Amino acid sequence: MMTPDSKLLTVAMPKGRIFDEAVALLRKADYPLPPEFDESRKLIIDSPEAGMRFILAKPMDVPTYVEHGVADVGVAGKDVLLEEKRDVYEVLDLKISACYMAVAALPTYNPKADIAPKIASKYPNLASSYFREQGEQVEIIKLNGSIELAPIIGLADRIVDIVSTGRTLKENGLVEIETMMPITSRFIVNPVSYRTKSEQIDDMVERIAAVVEGEKNQ
Amino acid sequence: MTKLFMFEKPVGMKDTLPELYQLKKEVKDAIAKEVTQWGYAAIETPTLEYYETVGSVSAITDQQLFKLLDQEGNTLVLRPDMTAPIARISASTLKNTQRPLRLTYDAPVFRSQQREGGKPAEFEQIGVELIGDGSNSADGEVIALMMSSIEKAGLENYQIAVGHIGFVNAYLFEILGNEARVEVFRRYLFEKNYVGFRKEVDQLPLSSIDQRRLKELLTLKGGPDIINKARQLAESEPTIKSLQQLEQLIEVLEAYNLKDNILLDLNLVMHISYYTGVVFEAYSEGLGFPIGSGGRYDGLLEKFHDPEPATGFGLRLDRLTEALGKTKEAIRNDMCIIFSNERRKEAMEKAKQWREEGHTVVMQDLIGISDVDAYSAQFNNVTYFVGSNGNGGHAK
Repeated sequence: MMTPDSKLLTVAMPKGRIFDEAVALLRKADYPLPPEFDESRKLIIDSPEAGMRFILAKPMDVPTYVEHGVADVGVAGKDVLLEEKRDVYEVLDLKISACYMAVAALPTYNPKADIAPKIASKYPNLASSYFREQGEQVEIIKLNGSIELAPIIGLADRIVDIVSTGRTLKENGLVEIETMMPITSRFIVNPVSYRTKSEQIDDMVERIAAVVEGEKNQ
Repeated sequence: MTKLFMFEKPVGMKDTLPELYQLKKEVKDAIAKEVTQWGYAAIETPTLEYYETVGSVSAITDQQLFKLLDQEGNTLVLRPDMTAPIARISASTLKNTQRPLRLTYDAPVFRSQQREGGKPAEFEQIGVELIGDGSNSADGEVIALMMSSIEKAGLENYQIAVGHIGFVNAYLFEILGNEARVEVFRRYLFEKNYVGFRKEVDQLPLSSIDQRRLKELLTLKGGPDIINKARQLAESEPTIKSLQQLEQLIEVLEAYNLKDNILLDLNLVMHISYYTGVVFEAYSEGLGFPIGSGGRYDGLLEKFHDPEPATGFGLRLDRLTEALGKTKEAIRNDMCIIFSNERRKEAMEKAKQWREEGHTVVMQDLIGISDVDAYSAQFNNVTYFVGSNGNGGHAK
């Protein structure tokens, strides 16, 4: 096992949608991130000036790295945290990458005619606990992407997915039928690092919180 | 279910091979010696307990219990921890013995794991229980003994977080005024969800002062000066009393000369309802999970109809050995005697003599080995008693 460098703070960053906003946030909090950050295909980027090592991971895996302590802290969507239920501290709402979780279906969908309800989702745990709370019996089908396909070709009647602008749904002829919960990105911390590297982490939380608060008040 | 391979084990079960066994044993022996020297008497309890008794009062959630039925149809559990069985004993067989009672254990515990199958479902725990003493000295003693045990095990870079669940409960109650709301906030702390905690605060119809006081709870983490900060926020008698207890505990730990590795964390909630007072967790640098934990559980013995205060700690041997991270070298036996039938007796006498001198001696009949060179390469010293005459030949 690779032991994390005890001096550098290891930060797990999600690749893709959230990445740019998360990087911008860190720069606003005065972390001197190397310029190569934006284009690099590297999976590990060290920034000795910032005292940090960044690992670039698939968004769904960020809480896993943090739970196991190979990353001290990370940026993860609330959707992922709800789905993965990892044992990590959820310290700050970064208020970036705002979107929401929703149930969608074809406009012709008729709940009364739905004898064997099937839900397709990238988030089987989240979807399952949501429908259980609603008292609705459903079958969850896990897909890894292009969820909108499922109702169109008849794999499922409804889908559970994140919606940011609603464009993807519209382009595929789907309509939103229920809003489940708002989603934003969160700053998460490994419970051990939270104590063993408390100075570095507390400082980071404070600086980021100041930026988030500042944005809100603008 | 797919057909099992013959070498498969149930999910989460692990074999311990000689190298790791050796390391574990060294760690266990070092800790056992230390806790014995502090006056804790070792006991053993059965692997199986009734679900209705020990199973239901233990701190481990129902989904994590391994359950089975006995012939009468009673539900049994594989013990998920050692604290509940020890509470059962001290409330029954040992009920009339002198208090305080100091007991120690070293035993495997069982917790069913769903996720990823890799997390151990059986692991060894070493710990102590100090029963019948509600004083700060007792809390201090178990923390000091846990730290000393960790050090004796050979771990240097570790940290202890100390909190007080009585403080959390009293503080939340004085602001929120009812137990149901306290439960909601305690759950957010247990789930480590500060974001949810703050959002819940914003939703409640509280004065801005009380909202601020609730949010301040999340920042009560650091050195002993945190207690003063908490005292400025506290208003009710029980809250202030729990802070006094913490202060006295710090004094006890200072008398032990321990404070460098200790961090106060007043929002540490390790279990939703089990603990009642001082709680603590131990961490090692470079390992993502706690290596041990403990605290005061004054409500548990009552469930066995013997209300009395109690505190204790448990260390996870698997994580402790992982944190030590020693390179595991293959065990090399000292000596080997390779003999043939003609000189068996002579070889045996030599082996006996060397063993009496304290050496480890493997005796191996030549007929039993297919590759003599490869076999003998494992040993530091190989002596041959082969052939019909002459003296024992030395090699290497």
